[in-house]
Amino acid sequence: MSTGERDLLDVRELYVTYGGRGGGRRGGHAAVAGVSLSVAPEETLGLVGESGSGKTTVARCVAGLLRPRAGTVTFEGRPLGRAGHRPPELQRAVQMVFQDPRSSLNPRMTVASVIAEVWRTHPVTAPEGDRTEALHRLLAAMGLDPDVASRRAGDLSGGQCQRVSIARALAVRPRLLVCDEAVSALDVSVQAQILRLLAELRGRHRLAMLFISHDLGVVHQIADRVAVMRRGVIVEEGRTVEVLTAPRHPYTRALLDAALDLDDPVPGDGTADGGAAG
Amino acid sequence: MAGLTVAVQGPRTAPRRVRRPLLSLVPALVVGCYLLVAAVGPVLIHYDPVHTSLEDRLLAPGSRVSGGGTAWLGTDGLGRDLLAQIVYGARTAVLIGVSTVALSCLVGVLLGAVAGYFRGVADAVLARIFDVLLAFPAILLAIVIAGAFRRSVLLVVVALAATGWITFARVTRGIALSLRERPWVDAARVLGVPGRTVLARHVLPFTAGPVVALATLEFALVVLAEAGLSFLGIGLPASTVSWGQTIANGKEYLETQWWISTLPGIALSLLIVNVGILGDQLTARYGRGRSDRTG
Repeated sequence: MSTGERDLLDVRELYVTYGGRGGGRRGGHAAVAGVSLSVAPEETLGLVGESGSGKTTVARCVAGLLRPRAGTVTFEGRPLGRAGHRPPELQRAVQMVFQDPRSSLNPRMTVASVIAEVWRTHPVTAPEGDRTEALHRLLAAMGLDPDVASRRAGDLSGGQCQRVSIARALAVRPRLLVCDEAVSALDVSVQAQILRLLAELRGRHRLAMLFISHDLGVVHQIADRVAVMRRGVIVEEGRTVEVLTAPRHPYTRALLDAALDLDDPVPGDGTADGGAAG
Repeated sequence: MAGLTVAVQGPRTAPRRVRRPLLSLVPALVVGCYLLVAAVGPVLIHYDPVHTSLEDRLLAPGSRVSGGGTAWLGTDGLGRDLLAQIVYGARTAVLIGVSTVALSCLVGVLLGAVAGYFRGVADAVLARIFDVLLAFPAILLAIVIAGAFRRSVLLVVVALAATGWITFARVTRGIALSLRERPWVDAARVLGVPGRTVLARHVLPFTAGPVVALATLEFALVVLAEAGLSFLGIGLPASTVSWGQTIANGKEYLETQWWISTLPGIALSLLIVNVGILGDQLTARYGRGRSDRTG
């Protein structure tokens, strides 16, 4: 765990309980039981574990969608409250990409109005001058054609939807991107394209990422460090290569045995493939 | 609008566009006729409920009246034309039905959406209120309210809406509860979109289908309840023509002059049945659970 240098995101002793009653949530089911992790600037932390291990719960706490029962979540030393109660610059600093690409976008809104909502909510990030041109530039950076702007989620493929979701998240110039199983619902080929896009954007926008996945192969491709979660606690944490090649915890070993081979090349900083992709 | 393009492109949604038999259009047509009559009828037919002509009383349908015209549907005990009463009654029924449903809908959808989306204390309180009010027999509450004050159209609307909004609130709350878990709502919250905007833009539009279907069913109930109140003589002022009042006027002549109660009764039943079927059709098409499909 990196100490010393100033961390971007710092999660300390996080406890989240589902169900149960009362302020103390007695009798509930503990989804997260004392998780601590940190993400340095421009670092990607992969959070892996099987379903039900509490990874998504951690992500939702960081994004402010869930209130933890105990523990602190800080960003550059400032506490992150619930979404909507954060000061605007903190609200912008942490953005999230969701698992299901199609339902991440309001089915009644066009891509243009999705992005317009972002700019209306955070006028600081709104482009000066021609917004249509700025929108097209933003879409092009995600490898999307300009004509996508007038379409709705139902008319787009899963990969395109996920590119739009990433565009929405990056439109407010965040410092930390939380990706909750962001590529899990996609076809393998599209998965690779989105991973390459994320890797490219991470470099260009100096993003830190909290990358949550159950897929060790995917995490291997994109993460600098890996934390392995099981039943609400982190059982192992370390540099990606070390954890995935020489795991110390038996659970990590079991996960690795269950996964496919990890010999996929780490994505280069190549450009995103054409607009028709996705 | 977009539903059309989706239907053309996606084979998944294509079966939805199968041609429906013409018979299923009947309810919509009948309801349309009623609306037309309610809108234009009073312009074409002159009727004054206070003007009575005693030599024309209790005429059978089709008889000549003293003024020279024909009473196509007969006259009542005070010599007033029945066709005119039915036409003017249609206007009253539609007017009260629409305004009551609009009022119930506004209150119900608003409270239901707030309870379902924001949860917390507001939801706990509102949900209990819904449950308690639902346990009240609706027509009894309407009778108490309508009977306690001076008769007026507004009073009837308020009395009927007093319980009508609960169904809207409960349905909307249920939809809002499921919609608030959708990723696009989460995404808007992470962006910091204010709660009211999230509710208005990302939640409420998706309640439209079920709410419209429910409004239709509720309309039928309201029209029936209004006729009931007027029949009891506690709803509308006597100067307002209402099917319920006409039916009540004819109850002493049921054996001999059957048309006075029967004809407005048929008009009422036809409207209720057709609106009910229309509501069921709408529920089947836009009811719960299908509100989120792309469109």
